[in-house]
Amino acid sequence: MAHSEETYVTVIPPDKERIKKLWTVALILLVITILEFTVAFTIPHEMHNLRVWTFILMTIVKAAYIVGEFMHLRHESKVLIWSILIPMTFVVWMLVAFVYEGMAIADVR
Amino acid sequence: MNVSYGKLMMWFFLLSDTFTFSALLITYGLVRSAHPVFVGDVETFIFSQTYWPIPEKVFESVPFFEGLHAPLVFVGIMTFVLIMSSVTMVLAVEAGQRMDRKAVEKWMLWTILGGATFLSCQAWEWAHFIHGAHAGDAVAEGTKFFGANLRMNQYGPPDFADFFFFITGFHGFHVFSGVLLNFLIFYNTVTGVYDRRGHYEMVEKVGLYWHFVDLVWVFVFTFFYLV
Repeated sequence: MAHSEETYVTVIPPDKERIKKLWTVALILLVITILEFTVAFTIPHEMHNLRVWTFILMTIVKAAYIVGEFMHLRHESKVLIWSILIPMTFVVWMLVAFVYEGMAIADVR
Repeated sequence: MNVSYGKLMMWFFLLSDTFTFSALLITYGLVRSAHPVFVGDVETFIFSQTYWPIPEKVFESVPFFEGLHAPLVFVGIMTFVLIMSSVTMVLAVEAGQRMDRKAVEKWMLWTILGGATFLSCQAWEWAHFIHGAHAGDAVAEGTKFFGANLRMNQYGPPDFADFFFFITGFHGFHVFSGVLLNFLIFYNTVTGVYDRRGHYEMVEKVGLYWHFVDLVWVFVFTFFYLV
């Protein structure tokens, strides 16, 4: 089409350092997932609390990498970081309260 | 605040979605901790209505390998697929910030492929869970029941299958809508919408959503399959 407007875009060359960093984060996530598998089949089920807390810890590390690096939150402004993190206290509070409640129900039964 | 309106609103939407998923997972935590656990050697574990099943005993099948006991292997593959598609998404975002249309197209296609693979895996897992196989002994003595529905299942108390359907189902629905959004972004990239617009911020916004879907799976994987 002779009259159509062509858009010319200048492509910026890739920043090798940044891409390398992204792949490093990916590697960390994969290693932690493999570690989770190892824990699942090495720590015996009798040590229930140790298993659970190890899993929770590894999950939080993974979540921190995904939110911080992939979702870029770590590099956003302070106000945004806090307005996402502070409401999370409600989730933790609710989790603790409800699981505690569940164990109390189990005792009553 | 130095964050665009669209990105800020995506963050707040994701925050509200976090509360929805938290409510589901925390309710699961309450119900599960209210049920008795299996006591004894894990090797001797059998399915029963009276206690919560050990997840690795439920999820131990892999497609094409009937009868093979491979606990958590298939769900591990699904986790790997979703993490990889998150990586390709972040590479698409990076390419978009450089106005590199060809690279965005490439990485978006990989991301869509990853999402579709995950959904297919989940479809198989649901089908297998629903139809069931082998020891269907969890219901009353003298009768057998194979598979699962919302009222009854061969693996344990009814609540177990209910939470499986609701939590993985709600997450799967997010993956599905994520794949649709990713395809929309891919289409707009190919047709040059973002080149004409002068920026690729839509890729970043949908990227946030896609990473969130991966993030939720990290928690579902831990609390439903590992713990």
